[in-house]
Amino acid sequence: MPFNLLVLICILYVIFLFSVAFVVERRAARGRLGFLRSPIIYTLSLSIYCTAWTFYGAVGYAARSGIEFLTIYLGPTLVFIGWWVILRKLVRIGRQQRVTSIADLISSRFGKSNMLGVVVTLIAVIAATPYIALQLQSLTLSFSVFAQDTPEDWLLPGHQGIALWVAAGLALFTILFGTRKLDAKEQHHGIVTAIAVEAVVKLVALLAVGAFVVWGMAGGIGAVIDKISAMSANPAWELKQDRWIGLIVLSAAAVISLPRMFQVMVVENIDESHLSWASWAFPLYLFAMSLFILPIAVEGLERMPAGANPDMFVLTLPLSEGQGALAMLAFLGGFSSATSMVIVETIALATMISNNVVMPIWLRLRPSAAMSGDLRGGVLLTRRLAIIGVLGLGYAYYSISGGSAALAAIGLIAFAGMAQFLPALLGGIYWRGGTKIGALAGLITGFVVWGYTLFLPSFGEGALLSAQVFIDGPWGLSWLRPEALLGTEGMDPLVHSVFWSLSLNTIAFALVSVLTFPDPVERIQGVAFVNAFDREALAERLGWSHGQAEPEALLSLAQRILGEEALTFFEAQAKAQGKDGFLPDLTPEFLAEAERRLAGSVGAATAHAMISQLFGRATVTVEDLMAVANETAQIMEYSAKLEAKQEELSRTARQLREVNEKLTQLSVQKDAFLSQISHELRTPMTSIRAFSEILTEGDIPAGMVADSGRIIHSEAVRLTRLLDDLLDLSVLENGTVQLNLDLAHLGKMLDRAVQAASQTRPEREFEIIRDPAAEEIHLLTDPDRLVQVFINLVSNARKYCDAAPGVLRIVVRQKGGRINIDFIDNGKGIPKESQRLIFEKFARLTDQMRAGGAGLGLAIVREIMANIGGSISYLPGQKGAAFRVTLPLRFEKRLSDPKA
Amino acid sequence: MPNGPLFLARGVYRRRRLRDAARLMPVLGLLLFLLPGLGHDSVGNARDAIYLFAAWGLLIVFAAILAQGLSQSDAEGGPSDRTEDET
Repeated sequence: MPFNLLVLICILYVIFLFSVAFVVERRAARGRLGFLRSPIIYTLSLSIYCTAWTFYGAVGYAARSGIEFLTIYLGPTLVFIGWWVILRKLVRIGRQQRVTSIADLISSRFGKSNMLGVVVTLIAVIAATPYIALQLQSLTLSFSVFAQDTPEDWLLPGHQGIALWVAAGLALFTILFGTRKLDAKEQHHGIVTAIAVEAVVKLVALLAVGAFVVWGMAGGIGAVIDKISAMSANPAWELKQDRWIGLIVLSAAAVISLPRMFQVMVVENIDESHLSWASWAFPLYLFAMSLFILPIAVEGLERMPAGANPDMFVLTLPLSEGQGALAMLAFLGGFSSATSMVIVETIALATMISNNVVMPIWLRLRPSAAMSGDLRGGVLLTRRLAIIGVLGLGYAYYSISGGSAALAAIGLIAFAGMAQFLPALLGGIYWRGGTKIGALAGLITGFVVWGYTLFLPSFGEGALLSAQVFIDGPWGLSWLRPEALLGTEGMDPLVHSVFWSLSLNTIAFALVSVLTFPDPVERIQGVAFVNAFDREALAERLGWSHGQAEPEALLSLAQRILGEEALTFFEAQAKAQGKDGFLPDLTPEFLAEAERRLAGSVGAATAHAMISQLFGRATVTVEDLMAVANETAQIMEYSAKLEAKQEELSRTARQLREVNEKLTQLSVQKDAFLSQISHELRTPMTSIRAFSEILTEGDIPAGMVADSGRIIHSEAVRLTRLLDDLLDLSVLENGTVQLNLDLAHLGKMLDRAVQAASQTRPEREFEIIRDPAAEEIHLLTDPDRLVQVFINLVSNARKYCDAAPGVLRIVVRQKGGRINIDFIDNGKGIPKESQRLIFEKFARLTDQMRAGGAGLGLAIVREIMANIGGSISYLPGQKGAAFRVTLPLRFEKRLSDPKA
Repeated sequence: MPNGPLFLARGVYRRRRLRDAARLMPVLGLLLFLLPGLGHDSVGNARDAIYLFAAWGLLIVFAAILAQGLSQSDAEGGPSDRTEDET
C-alpha cells in the first residue's frame, strides 16, 4: 500500500475519532449522555489495558514463549472477578474523595502530602516512558511493514524518523483531545467514548485476523490444536513456574496501579454499578482478545521466513495471503491500540504533573494567583507541555534503547515500575496504620530497586550500566549485582526484580509506618479511606440518604436551617420553574441558589458540604471539614467576643449596683452619723446643763454639789473623749497623721494593751490565751498607734463577748515580711450581714451592745492600720468574733499618700 | 458488631453469602490459574491452553452470575443492612 495513502487513512481515522469525541462532549454538556452512560462504554474503555503491546506484542510473545503471554491477561481477570475486594473500594474512595489520579489518591490518603504526589508522579512518568516507547515502536514497525514504499527521508536512520513523526502526531492528537477544556472531576466523556470505539475496532480486527488464520489458513480448530501441540517440543515454550506465578501477580498489580487504568477505571467512572458489569465483561474482552493469539503465532512461525519479526505476524500473515483489506483492518486495530493508550496515559500523567507537581509549586510561589482565577490557562498550558514532555521522553527511550527489544519485554518493565504503587495503595485503603513517611520510604525503595535491577539494565549492557557492573557488581560488591541481589542467582531477571522491588517496598512501607506517627490530617484521611463504606452506612443510619435527589430532603434540611423562609423560597423557585406547590425540580441553578441561601446562614463551606452530602456520593473531604471548621471558628470567635463584652457589661453593671448600694448606705450612715453625733453630744451636754443649773440655784446640800460636780466632770470627760476620737478619726482619714516610727517588741505591746484594756468591765471573768514564743518579734512601726489598735480589739472582746467565762485567743503568725495577729473570742460572733458594717463609724450593732463607746473604735482601728501599712479584717467562721490584723514587719512610709 | 441484630432473615442472609462468594472469586481464580504452573508436567501447550481458556470462561460465567445477584441485592436491600459477618 502506498505510504501516503496509509498516512491519509490514519488521519481520516483520527478525524473520525475526534468527531465522535466532539459530539459526545457536546451531548454531555447538555446533560444528554443517554446510552453513552451505559456499562458497555465503561467496559470498553477499560480495554485500553490492551495496547499495541497486546495487539502486536502478544503474538510475538506467544511465538517466543508459548502460553506465558496469557499471564498478562489472567492477572487482570483475577482482579476484576474479585472486584468486590479491591476495585469496589477503590472506585468508592475515588468518588468520595474526588480523586483525579493515582498520585492524587495516594497523596490524599497520606494527609494531602505534596511530596508523596511528586514522588508518585515521578515514578509514574519514568515507568510510563518505556511503555510509550513501546507504542511508538509498534506503530513504527507496523508502518514500515505495511507501506512498501516508505520514503527514505522518513526512515532515516533506522525508523526513527517515523517514530518522531508518530510521537509528534500523537502529542498533537492528545492535546486536541485531552486539553480542550478543564473539568473539575477530570472526566472526559468524549475521550472515553472514542476509546470505546477504538476498543471495538481492535477487538474486531484481532478476531477477524484470528478467524481468517484459523479457518482460512490453518484449516480449522483441530488442525490449530495439533500445530500447537507440535510446538511444545520447543524448549522456549516450556512453562517456567517462577515467571508464570510472578507475571500473574505482576499484571494483577499493574492493572490496579497503571495510571491510565486508574484514569478510566476510577476517575472516569460515572456509576459504581458499572463496575459489577465490568467484573465479568472486561475479563470476557480479554478472553476474546487472547483467544486467537496462539493460533496466529503458530501459523506465523510456520509460514513466515525464519527472520520475520513475530511481533508483526498480525499484519504480515494477512498480507502474505494477499488480504489487503484484512491487513488494513489489522493495521487500524493496532493503530487504535497504540493511540488510545498514549492518549489516556499522557492525559493521566499530564493531570498528575499539573495537579500534583506544578500547581502546588506555582501556588506556593505565588499565593495570590489562587485568588485571581486565571489558573485555568496555566493548568492547560502545563498539561500541554507535560504531554509533549512525556511523549518526548518516550521517544528518547525508543532512540536510546534502539527499538530493538521485543515489545513484551518493554511492557513488562513498565508494569514492574507501576506495580511499586501497590503497597502504598493497598496499605492506604486497608490499613489505618500506614503513614506518609512509610509510603514515601516504600515507594522510593521499590523505585530504586526497580530502576537498578530492571530499568537501567533494560538499555542494554554497557549503555547506562557498564558490563563490569553486571558481572562483578558496583565497586566490586558482588552481592549488589543488578540481576543477582544478595546472591539470588539463577532467577529470571524480571521475576528477580519484581520479587526484590515489591518485597523491599512492602517491608519499607510497613516498617517505617509502624515506627512513625501520622499527623492529624493523615489520621483523618486514613479513617476516611479505610472505612469508606462504614462512613456511608453511618450516614444512612443518621438519616442522610445518598444520591437521592429528592426535593423533600432538601426542603427539610433547608427548613431546619432557614425556618419559615425556606418554604417561601421553595415556593418561589417552584413558581419560577412553572410548577405549583413547594417542590421545585432539582436543577443546577436551583441547587446553586439553595446553597447560596444556606451559605447565608451557616457559611459557604458548610452549605456546600451539606448540599453535596445530600446529592451525590461525594462525601465531605477533610478540606471541606477544615473550611467548615474555619467558618465555625470565626463564628465562635465572634460570639466569644460578644460574650466577653456582655460579661464585661454585666460586671460593670454589678459594680455600679454595688457602688450605688454602698453610696446609699453611706448616705444613710451619714445621716445616722449626724444624728448620732448630735445625740452623743447632746446627752452629756444635757446632764451638764441640768446639773450646772442645779448648782447655779444655790442653797443646796454640800453632798449634792459634790455629786453634781462629779457628774459634770465625768460627762465633760466623756465629751472630750468623744471629740478626741472624732478629731483622731478625721486626722487619720485625711492621712495627715504624724507617725512616730520605732522598733518595738510585739509581746510587750500586747502586754500593754491587755493591761490597759483590763480597765474595761474589770468585773468580768475573762481569760486571754497567748503564745509568748510567737510574740518574740520586733517590729518597725508606730508602737503607740498599734497598741491603740490592740487595746480597742481586746476591750471590744471584753465588752461584747457574751460567753461566760469569756476567752480571747491572740494568735501571732509571721508570713514573709508580714505578721498576722488574730484576736479570736468565744462569743457568738458577728452576724454575716453586719460584718461589712462594723468598720463604719457609729456602727454599733444593736442598742443592747451600747457599752459606752461611741461606735468609733473599729473605724479608728481601720484607719490606723491603713496608716501604718497594714489592714484589719473580720475573720468569718471562727466560732466567735475574730479579727485579723495584718501589718508589715518593717513599715516604710511611702512618700505618697498612704491611703492612695 | 454491637448494634443491629445478630441473626438475619433468609433474604438478607443469602445476600451476605453472595458477597462472601464474590470475595472468594479471586482465590478460586488464582487456584485455577496457578495449576498449570504448579509442578504438573508440561505435557503440551495445547492442553494447557485449552484448560486455561476453559477455566477462564468458567470464571467469567461465575462472575457474571455473581454480578447479577449482587447488583440485584444492592437494588433491593441497599448496603445499609450490614450484620452477620459483614465487614
